[in-house]
Amino acid sequence: MNKNKEQLLNKRYKAEQRFRLYGLSAIFMALLFLTIFIFKIFSTGYSAFQKTWLIVPVTFDAELMMLDQNPSKEDLQDADYYDIALKSMADLDPNANEDQENELKRMVSYFFEKEIKNELLNDPNLIGKTKEVYLTASDDLDQVFKGNYPRDLPEDQRRVSDYQLKIFDQLVANGKVESKFNISFFTNADSREAELAGIASSFMGSIFSILVCLMIAFPVAVLAAIYLEEFAPKNRFTDFIEVNINNLAAVPSIVFGLLGLGVLLAIFQLPRSTPLVGGITLSLMTLPTIIIAARASLKAVPPSIREAALAMGASRMQTTMHHTVPLSMPGTLSGTIIGLAQALGETAPLILIGMVAFVNTIPGSPMDPAASLPVQIYIWAESAERGFVEKVSACIMVLLGFLIIMNLFAQIIRHKFEKKWS
Amino acid sequence: MIKIKAKDVDVFYGKKQALFNISLDIEENQVTALIGPSGCGKSTFLRCLNRMNDVIDICSVKGEILINDFNINDKSCDVVRLREKIGMVFQKPNPFPKTLYENVSYGPTIHGMAQSKQEMDEIVENSLKKAALWEEVKDRLHEPGTGLSGGQQQRLCIARAISVRPEVILMDEPCSALDPIATAQIEELIDELKKEHTIIIVTHSMAQAARVSQNTGFFHLGQLIEHGSTDKIFKNPDNKKTQDYITGRFG
Repeated sequence: MNKNKEQLLNKRYKAEQRFRLYGLSAIFMALLFLTIFIFKIFSTGYSAFQKTWLIVPVTFDAELMMLDQNPSKEDLQDADYYDIALKSMADLDPNANEDQENELKRMVSYFFEKEIKNELLNDPNLIGKTKEVYLTASDDLDQVFKGNYPRDLPEDQRRVSDYQLKIFDQLVANGKVESKFNISFFTNADSREAELAGIASSFMGSIFSILVCLMIAFPVAVLAAIYLEEFAPKNRFTDFIEVNINNLAAVPSIVFGLLGLGVLLAIFQLPRSTPLVGGITLSLMTLPTIIIAARASLKAVPPSIREAALAMGASRMQTTMHHTVPLSMPGTLSGTIIGLAQALGETAPLILIGMVAFVNTIPGSPMDPAASLPVQIYIWAESAERGFVEKVSACIMVLLGFLIIMNLFAQIIRHKFEKKWS
Repeated sequence: MIKIKAKDVDVFYGKKQALFNISLDIEENQVTALIGPSGCGKSTFLRCLNRMNDVIDICSVKGEILINDFNINDKSCDVVRLREKIGMVFQKPNPFPKTLYENVSYGPTIHGMAQSKQEMDEIVENSLKKAALWEEVKDRLHEPGTGLSGGQQQRLCIARAISVRPEVILMDEPCSALDPIATAQIEELIDELKKEHTIIIVTHSMAQAARVSQNTGFFHLGQLIEHGSTDKIFKNPDNKKTQDYITGRFG
């Protein structure tokens, strides 16, 4: 009898130990996946925050720029910079033939003419003088400098020629190649040229979409939740509505995209590819999430508070507005932020309503065409150039950072403003 | 003088009947205690008097309840006005999670009883004084009401209830969550309050009923078995069930 008991006890302890082991290994697996995922993104993405510049001496030759004596600001604007730009690149190798001059030109971004122009606009006294100007390296050389480019491929299989590599190596040896923080990644809109492409357009697109989504979804959802929780009679009809709200939360997001396409674009003729349409579509998705969160936090307000207010002679409306709703706000707000964070990462519905279009301008309002961060990731991931690989990871990092900040904010709101009941 | 007159009150929760044919008169400026075992319907009856049962969807009340000869179950009765006249203190102290001042001033604010800040300060001070809480909290009126001890919270709830000068105060086991010292303070307070208010108190403690009340009603299984002066109910009840309950033979 006693021995039996001992055995049983041992068995119970063993079972517990096994269970702990399962739990630990599950957590370990989860952490492992997460680490691999984050490591992969960071290791490919961090280099996108650096940009390679070639330092090239430029002679601001008034004659080549077709400038008169004492040119005005407007003259400087209209001057011809292409020739001096070409010349300064060609001067890198005095012995270059025509083909090689062409190759030299392609070592920098096609934007180089404008970079030279800006230099002169900043300092008009440069006319007739020579100055070393920072020019954005082409995306391929950028990758070469970052060590992401396979130099040992046969020449006909790479986009950088041996000649370009030779000149580039000379520049590196002379200290004329520099790597600096890539500001243009944050200030430029999308571009077909990887070295110029930035996230400004998609970032603003995401912000506008989220704002539109918030302004529509939050009031509608909160009012719906308050009505359902505090005023609606409990009958079959309200049960039916409740079930449908829960179902709505489970509808695949692409369906909402089709709805946006069919209703907002086709029937209401709203402008395609805009954060306005994107935001409305996303708000349909976010609505059930916020309603559910708001109802849960209304339910969490103790009934004794409602009774206290009602017994004081407060009307139902006063009870709700003075007591229940303010007390439920922290939960509602954090639910809202989490809903918005979901919407922020949504891609499929935005692709359907046309926010996948190539947009090389930064939107100034929700009515301007824009992309959004997740869609930008999708667009870049489809691009062939090597320079976009790191951009994809960098954009993911920005999106993740954004999401983490939003979720953190939700946590802070919940902890800071939640009332403790005695 | 009779303040409240209940006539043939029936209460149903859905199909289940909770109160049967209750008729009870309540004297003005006296304390009436409602006693009886758990689930006998005394709280349900109390909640009929300020129509708090309206909140429960499935609950329906039949019969007449006359307060100042006006039937509060009549359609013309405005619940907000009614609850202004009939205050309530609950079993568990339930101050609003706001400051002490806001707790007490809430009722006068929504009923527009004070024209100025000064007037409101006076109402708050008087209410807290009447609830015997003023001395303890006068320096921290703007701290949260939930930070007080249980007994203080309950007195705060009483101050909140009397801030709108109700004619009747309903108390639903106001001391069941409190220790003996806090209970004694509340009982003393009830004695004081009956000068200006009619008080109806539901209690599980027969000793408490005997100490604070002048009249007692005994409920059992949804019926009012017996009611009369507290002296008579406790010393010489007519009904056998009352006798058994009071002497602790059941319940």
